[in-house]
Amino acid sequence: MVKMMYREAILSTIVEEMTRDPNVVVLGEDIVGGMGTAGGPEAIGGIWSTSIGLFGKFGANRVIDTPISESAIMGAAAGLALAGKRPVAELMFADFIGVSLDQIWNQMAKFRYMFGGKTKCPAVIRMAYGAGFNAAAQHSQAVHQILTGMPGLKVVMPTTPNDVKGLLRQAIRDDDPVIFLEHKALYGSSGEVSEDLDYVIPFGHARLSRAGGDVTIVSTGLLLGRCEKVADMLAAEGIGCDVIDLRTTSPIDEEAILDSVEVTGRLVVVDEAPPRCSMASDICATVAEKAFASLKAPPLGVNPPHTPVPFARELESAYLPSVEKIEAAVRKVLSFR
Amino acid sequence: MQLSREALLRAYRQMKVIREFEERLHIDIQTGGIAGFTHLYCGQEAVAVGVCENLTSDDKIVSTHRGHGHCLAKGCDVNGMMAEIWGSREGLCKGKGGSMHIADVDKGMMGANGIVGAGAPIAVGAALSAKIDGLGHVAIAFSGDGACNQGTTFEAMNFAVVTNAPAIFIFENNHYSEHTGFEYAVGTNNDIASRAEAFGMKIWRGDGTDFFSVDETMREVLEYVRAGHGPAAVEFDTERFFGHFEGDPQRYRGPGELDRIRETRDCLKRFRMSVTGAGLLTDADLDALDAEVLQQIEDAVIKAKAADRPTAADVLTDVYISY
Repeated sequence: MVKMMYREAILSTIVEEMTRDPNVVVLGEDIVGGMGTAGGPEAIGGIWSTSIGLFGKFGANRVIDTPISESAIMGAAAGLALAGKRPVAELMFADFIGVSLDQIWNQMAKFRYMFGGKTKCPAVIRMAYGAGFNAAAQHSQAVHQILTGMPGLKVVMPTTPNDVKGLLRQAIRDDDPVIFLEHKALYGSSGEVSEDLDYVIPFGHARLSRAGGDVTIVSTGLLLGRCEKVADMLAAEGIGCDVIDLRTTSPIDEEAILDSVEVTGRLVVVDEAPPRCSMASDICATVAEKAFASLKAPPLGVNPPHTPVPFARELESAYLPSVEKIEAAVRKVLSFR
Repeated sequence: MQLSREALLRAYRQMKVIREFEERLHIDIQTGGIAGFTHLYCGQEAVAVGVCENLTSDDKIVSTHRGHGHCLAKGCDVNGMMAEIWGSREGLCKGKGGSMHIADVDKGMMGANGIVGAGAPIAVGAALSAKIDGLGHVAIAFSGDGACNQGTTFEAMNFAVVTNAPAIFIFENNHYSEHTGFEYAVGTNNDIASRAEAFGMKIWRGDGTDFFSVDETMREVLEYVRAGHGPAAVEFDTERFFGHFEGDPQRYRGPGELDRIRETRDCLKRFRMSVTGAGLLTDADLDALDAEVLQQIEDAVIKAKAADRPTAADVLTDVYISY
C-alpha cells in the first residue's frame, strides 16, 4: 500500500492502464491544456490535475485535447469504443451532461441492446460532480440520480483513494459503458492505496466502512465521511451503526443493504441529490418491498431539498445534508416505537 | 476512371437491391405487418452505393434514421435486415433495433440512428481510432440537410478539423428535412458544403442521382483523406422518392413533383442510360439483374415472415455484457 490523494489515484491508474493496453485513449477539454498558446502543451494537465504528464508520455494520438464541444467529446468516445478502442473521456463538470446527454443516453448506453448484443461499447466517462465549492447551480450537482436510471450504463461513485484505484481500473477494463463520478471535494483527500497493478474492485460490491448492528446508514461520496462521523459519535454512546459505502449505484449491491437491515431493522439513506425519484427513495422502496418484516422503523432518506444548488456559503451549507441532519435522522429511526 | 464490367454490374445490383427492398417495404407496411416507424431511402441509392463501393470493411460508416440504403451498401445481409424490420429474433439485431437501429459493426456499419445529427460525432470517434491505427482507414458520417442544422454536426466538423481526423462528412441534400424545405431551413443560401468549408475542411460537390458523379467524387475525396490531409465534406444533391416516414401524406410536395423526379432524377434509370448508351452493358444484362433482385427480395420477405418471433425473455438480454 502507498499513501496518495484521490486525484493522484485517478492519474496513476490512467497511466498504468495506458501503459498496459495501447487501446486506452483519453480525451477531454484542457486535459493537456495550453494547446495553441505561448505556454505550450501541458500548461494545465486537466483542471482537476488528473491528466498531468499524459501528453508527454503517450502523445497526441492517445491524449486528445478537445475543443469545448461536449456532445462531440461524448460522441467521439462512443465512436472510439465502437471502433475497438477503450476511451476514457473527461466531462469537466458532471453538470455538462445537459449538453451531451444524447450521446451518453441514446447512443453508448443503447448500442449493445439496439444492435442485438453484437457489439460492445467499452467507454469510461469521468466527470467531476458534487457541491462544496460554492460553484452554484450549474457546477455543483450530483447527477447519479439521472444516470442510474438509464439501462445500459454502469454508474460508479468512489469515496476513497483506494476505491478510486480499484474501481477506475475495473471501469477501464469493463466492456460496458461506465460513468465514473468523481466528487470534486474529495480530489485532495488522502488514503492508503493498493500498488497491485491488477487490483480491481468488481462493480455492485458495497464496502462496509463501519460495523455496528443497531442501524444501517447507506451513502457514498462526500457524504459518506459525514455518515462515518455520526457513526463514531453514536458509538461513544454505545449505539452501533453499519455504514455502507455503495461504491456503485448501477449495479447496486442490494444484498449488502438487505443483509444489514435484516439485522438492524432500521435504515437511513444519505444522498447528495434531491429527494424525488432519488437513490434514497429507491433504496428505501427496495427495503420496504424486500425486507418489510425486518423493519422496526420507517426507512428514512436524507437529501438536499427539491431546489437547485445555491451559491452563498450559508445557502450551500444549508442545502447539503450536514452531520447534524444525518445524526437527527439516525436518532429518529432509532427512537421509533 | 473506367469501371470494369463486374464493378458496373455490382454497382447496379447494389442500387437495385436498395430500391426493391424499399419499394417492397412501402407495400408491406400498408398491410400492417411491419411495426413502428420506417423512413425510406429510395431515390438516394447512388449516394450510398457510390460511397460504399469505394470503401473496405475496415472503413466505418455511421448512418441516419433513413439508413437502409447505407446498411445494404456497406454489406449488411438482406435477409437479416428484412427479418429485423419484420421484428424477428432472427433479424440482424434480434428484433431489438428495427428499421432505425440496424448495425453490423464487423462490416464497418456502426449503426443507423434515430436521433438526427447524432452520427457525426460518433464517426469522428471512429476516425480518431483509424488515425491511431495509422493504416489509412476512414470513417464516414452520412447526414441529411436536416442533420446539417444540428449543433452536434457543427461540433463534429470542428472537432475533426482540430484533431486532423480522417472523417468524411457526406451531406445528402434531398431538399427536405422531414416536412420542411431546405430553402427555409438551411440559412446558407441553400448551400451545405460551404458551411463545412467554413469549418476549415476541403469540400466537394456532386450529383447524388448519378452514380458516376458520386463514384468519381469519392475517389478524389478518399485519396485526399486516406493520405492524412484531414477531414473532408461532400454535398450530394439528391431526391427522396417517398415521404419523411411511411404514412406521410406529403402535402408539401409541388404538383407533379414526385412524377418529375422519378422520371428525370432516378439514379437507376440514369445508370442504365449511361451504360447502355456507352455500350458497356446491355439492357438484357440489367434486366437479368432486375429479375434476380426481385426474386431475392421476395425470398427475404418470405423468410422474414416465417422467421422465429422474439419472446418476453428476450427483452432482458443484451443490455450489458456483465452486470
